[in-house]
Amino acid sequence: MSEQTLTLKVTRFRPGKDPAPTLQSYTIPYRSDWVVLDALNYIKDQMDGTLSYRWSCRMGVCGSCGMMVNNEPKLTCAAFLRDYYPGEIQVEPLAHFPVIRDLVIDMSDFMDKLQSVKPWIIRDSEKPVSEGEYLQTPEQLGAYKQFTQCINCMLCYAACPVYGLEPTFVGPAAIALGYRYNMDSRDEGNKERESVIGGEDGVWHCTFVGECSEVCPKHVDPAAAIQRSKVNSATNWFKSVLLPWGQK
Amino acid sequence: MSERTTNEPFWWGLFSAGGVVASFLIPIHIIITGLAVPMGWLTDSSRLYDLWWVKCYLFVLITLPLYHWAHRFYFTLKDMGLKVVEKPLAFLCYGSAVLGTFVTAWILLGL
Amino acid sequence: MTNIRPDASKLYYPKMPATWWLRQRHYFLFMMRELSSVFIASFLVIFLVQIYQSGSGQESYAAFMERFSSPGWVIFHLVALLFALLHTITWFQSSAVVLELKVGKMIVPRSLVMAVHLGAWIVASIIILWFFIVN
Repeated sequence: MSEQTLTLKVTRFRPGKDPAPTLQSYTIPYRSDWVVLDALNYIKDQMDGTLSYRWSCRMGVCGSCGMMVNNEPKLTCAAFLRDYYPGEIQVEPLAHFPVIRDLVIDMSDFMDKLQSVKPWIIRDSEKPVSEGEYLQTPEQLGAYKQFTQCINCMLCYAACPVYGLEPTFVGPAAIALGYRYNMDSRDEGNKERESVIGGEDGVWHCTFVGECSEVCPKHVDPAAAIQRSKVNSATNWFKSVLLPWGQK
Repeated sequence: MSERTTNEPFWWGLFSAGGVVASFLIPIHIIITGLAVPMGWLTDSSRLYDLWWVKCYLFVLITLPLYHWAHRFYFTLKDMGLKVVEKPLAFLCYGSAVLGTFVTAWILLGL
Repeated sequence: MTNIRPDASKLYYPKMPATWWLRQRHYFLFMMRELSSVFIASFLVIFLVQIYQSGSGQESYAAFMERFSSPGWVIFHLVALLFALLHTITWFQSSAVVLELKVGKMIVPRSLVMAVHLGAWIVASIIILWFFIVN
């Protein structure tokens, strides 16, 4: 019996040499328990050592192996070949990001945006250590816990057409992270984050396509964080306009 | 990334209010005045438009979803590649809704 | 911490084609949801013209309304109705995501929020229809 095989079409791009990325076909042995990342590792080890891509934990925790698999953003460590077999699989770098080489994208923009929402606890005044911890009830924890699960895999940015069209948009993961701190009962930084989250490149670009939440491997639901941030920002805005004595 | 503040919440507020009105009320009104009355299943009730509180209802029913349309249509055209003319586009879309508001008020008050 | 950035001149910047929304089912449905507003607004403009005509005397109004029983207008209103229903369903789904309702310490599940919206919508529709029938 001949061995079962599967064809992968993988993006190749050599910076400074290729004007645009091209697809290269590799036919590999098919194993039903392999994921796309296993297939890429097979190609790199056995067929073509020049193929470049990012990966680390291969168990859905590190968030580095996100790629477009048949046009859908996926963690390649969680995308099984058997879900595509016997069809071809097209593996491309995450959509909307600049490509450095082959399947490796430039994430600098994403890193800047993560920082821009000030993802840390901001206090008007810190209480002295001698007064103990900032305590939280389970309900207070529950208000934001889901939004702490993000692994920064950027699948949501690749799924977001708004980010593709408006690269200045702060985007799903960063806004969800800002929202996570806004919802934290220990935090008082809402106003400091407002200029980014509710500003020109913040939530108002979002048209609630909802794909960010669909593709999120950790069920963070950034779409919900963005829509609720819109409600919060709009409420603050109407308060500041209609009530002159309201909070600025 | 710019950190300028915007007046977007104002238009978004009207968009949301219009979305709520449209979702709850528009289907039955299409059924009544667009289908049931023309097909003769229901008799025409246009004389009700003279009642002041029906006028208020119609004003809300018609104007708020216009802002809903303006907001969505503006973003849709932008998404379809007309971003280069986004300023005139915004003026045209939201302007039409504002104009529609005045026309609606004028028609209802004139009855 | 040093900030290491790749040489921007060597990167490949992908462009999004204007037809991006035709390439994936979810994007297409999203676009239909957005375009539902066009049909709703068109219906409202026609409705407004009807209201305007109702003030022009009984006979001319009846003559004006006559045209809406033609197949073209019936088809338009049927299509508008379909888009309006698409808007209603998707708007309720969106509302269920945005509203995080709590009863005591329990967060109300989205499916229940959706069901309450649907129930309220049906009741509102029946009341309006009833009002038009008795009058």
